[in-house]
Amino acid sequence: MTEMAGTPYKPGEHPDLPPPANTIGPIAWIRQNLLSSPSNIVMTAVSIWLLYTIIPPVLDWMFFDAAFTGANRNECRARVGGACWAFINERFSLFTYGFYPIQERWRVDLSFILLVAALIPVLYDGLPLRKFGLYFSASFPLLAGWLLLGGLGLEPVETDKFGGFMLTFVIGVTGIAFSLPIGILLALGRQSELPIIRIFCVVFIEFMRGVPLITLLFVASIMLNYFLPKGITFDLLLRVLIMVTLFASAYMAEVIRGGLQAITRGQIEAADVLGLKYWQSMRLVVLPQALKISIPGIVNTFIGLYKDTTLVIIIGLLDPLGIGRSSLADTKWTGLSTEVYLFVAVFFFISCFGMARYSLYLENKLQTEHSR
Amino acid sequence: MSEAPLSGRTLLPRLWNDKDIRSVVIQIIATVFIFGFLAYLVRNAFINLEALGKGFSYTFLWQQSSYDINQHFIEYSSRSSHFRAMLVGILNTLLVAVCGIVLSTIVGFVLGILRLSKNWLTNKLAYTYIEYVRNVPVLLHILLVHGIIVNSLPVPKQAINLNDGAFLTNRGFFVPKPTYEPLFWGVIAVFVAGLAFLLWFRKYARRVQDETGKHYPVFWVGLGAIIGAPLFAYFLLGSPITWDVPILQRFNFKGGLVVRPEFMALWLALSFYTASFIGEIVRAGITAVNYGQTEAARALGLSRGRTLSLVVIPQALRIIVPPLTSQYLNLTKNSSLAIAIGYMDIVATIGGISLNQTGREMECMIIVLLLYLVLSLLISATMNWYNNRIKLVER
Repeated sequence: MTEMAGTPYKPGEHPDLPPPANTIGPIAWIRQNLLSSPSNIVMTAVSIWLLYTIIPPVLDWMFFDAAFTGANRNECRARVGGACWAFINERFSLFTYGFYPIQERWRVDLSFILLVAALIPVLYDGLPLRKFGLYFSASFPLLAGWLLLGGLGLEPVETDKFGGFMLTFVIGVTGIAFSLPIGILLALGRQSELPIIRIFCVVFIEFMRGVPLITLLFVASIMLNYFLPKGITFDLLLRVLIMVTLFASAYMAEVIRGGLQAITRGQIEAADVLGLKYWQSMRLVVLPQALKISIPGIVNTFIGLYKDTTLVIIIGLLDPLGIGRSSLADTKWTGLSTEVYLFVAVFFFISCFGMARYSLYLENKLQTEHSR
Repeated sequence: MSEAPLSGRTLLPRLWNDKDIRSVVIQIIATVFIFGFLAYLVRNAFINLEALGKGFSYTFLWQQSSYDINQHFIEYSSRSSHFRAMLVGILNTLLVAVCGIVLSTIVGFVLGILRLSKNWLTNKLAYTYIEYVRNVPVLLHILLVHGIIVNSLPVPKQAINLNDGAFLTNRGFFVPKPTYEPLFWGVIAVFVAGLAFLLWFRKYARRVQDETGKHYPVFWVGLGAIIGAPLFAYFLLGSPITWDVPILQRFNFKGGLVVRPEFMALWLALSFYTASFIGEIVRAGITAVNYGQTEAARALGLSRGRTLSLVVIPQALRIIVPPLTSQYLNLTKNSSLAIAIGYMDIVATIGGISLNQTGREMECMIIVLLLYLVLSLLISATMNWYNNRIKLVER
């Protein structure tokens, strides 16, 4: 006290002291985040105990005690006590391509490479000549359809040969590509001032959201033929694609409606005053803002759709899960369900987690308001 | 301008530029198109059914079903009608939906709170769990759990013995089955009385607090009234429940109550899958309550627990309930995946075996779709009612 009142302070006289040792560094971090109070210490102990009881046995089972080669289940199990990955090894191409003819599989590989190429301009906007890239992306579904189905110079391949991860990609990408535009139209219809259009959209959306996808797939697989004129029938995969897309677009419509409702009336009125027509004001003013708000919901719907592609096994299509299940019926490999399901789970986890992370990145990038 | 002749060339654009007329025209076109399309589909359906000689009737519902269902709460045998099979299916769907909603809510709230924990390790553990579970399809979870139960649990002979009465086997989970003696009604009566007392006491305590500011411990009194008192009555009346303990016969357990592997797999997988979504919803709801609210409550002298229960949670619930509703709906709809593991729900009974036996695709699918629509509407209505009750009362 006396010192402060006494001698005046001269700049540079007292150098800055480092912060106290117990507030920085790893030890302080541990003390603050793991051991700050008695209850916190208990939680840390319980967590460590959980990790200790779960991680080592799981790692042992998955890697250290696992067999990666072997001709059948008994050979696998005889040597070690862990997982038997030899099965996955043997069937890997089946898991990837389904029953696609072996000499034509380059077409699947090429479509996949083109898919990655088509995604880059959509996902990343810093590219030179991005506009032409987007034209390519827009034409990708046609191109991939031609490559996979054949015709026009390529050997035609029936869709019942499609299977494995390739089938997941086909259903997932088609559903994602078409459910967004249809969802936008449905959402606009639900917000429309024309009562009849609104009622149709509401009935459609609520019906689709009220029933499980599996019942719709049943309808597509066993009932659709009744509704078509006699003699006309179309491919099961196409029917499934239509149902999955319509189902996802109903959810999409609700997500986008949330975004539309967040746009203030003033925006639409301002667009009206500027003389914009309905579609112009929607395209230039309302939708860009509404879609930006709905990004998390839209990506969640995509993820949901992508996960729902597994349901097609119930009507007999062979996605990776279906391939796994039918392979388990092979007497050489019975009882390995855990290995198969975990393998497929890892594939889905990587795809879906990736999508979720991208959505976070996009949200942050489009955040134009000041962050708090 | 106003004298311009209404010639054919200007009439149409003029009508088109009139907003009211245009909207009427668009709606008429849309109606004609959609109803025309629907009529076309229905007409095709009638022609096709006619050609197959099937017609459209529900009389098959009263024919004998001739298949067994291993889990039924109402009397059912292979000689019962398809209609009864459908009722069994509905009850099975309801059972797994209700059990799933209860378990997923509990696990979900625990996960949400763990995600808010200040403890870094706990927080990250909950995060990892949530991210893994919700990024893997629910069908895969169901099959995985079912596979583990069927392939990894022991056969009844080497059952895992929990506490000499409950047994874990790959044929299901065997637990003692309670049989109620007449005196048990006394316990139920005490429970009902306790519930009535609690409802009255809550109102009374609220009134006293509003008038005098005096506070009663409603929670503890309530706990005593609806759990303590019945428990006391139970022992007072000499434990009027006898337990039918499962006993190992030659190949399987006899007696007791069996929770079948299909139900276990479906219930656990659906609950833990949905719980991971609910966890995130709860976390988002609680973090969305402004921290100033907590500070203000603390400044008013409320304890930490009362701050949570009186200030934070009521506000968080308003944010939590709408997305929670859609999770409950999802869980109910996902229960239709039961068919993948052979749990006999609506889809597997009336939409599965009955459909295949009678060949009545149209009639059966209409029943299934309608049942799910009704179920969804019921859940939505209940949750909307609850949401309206807790809604912020504004001017």
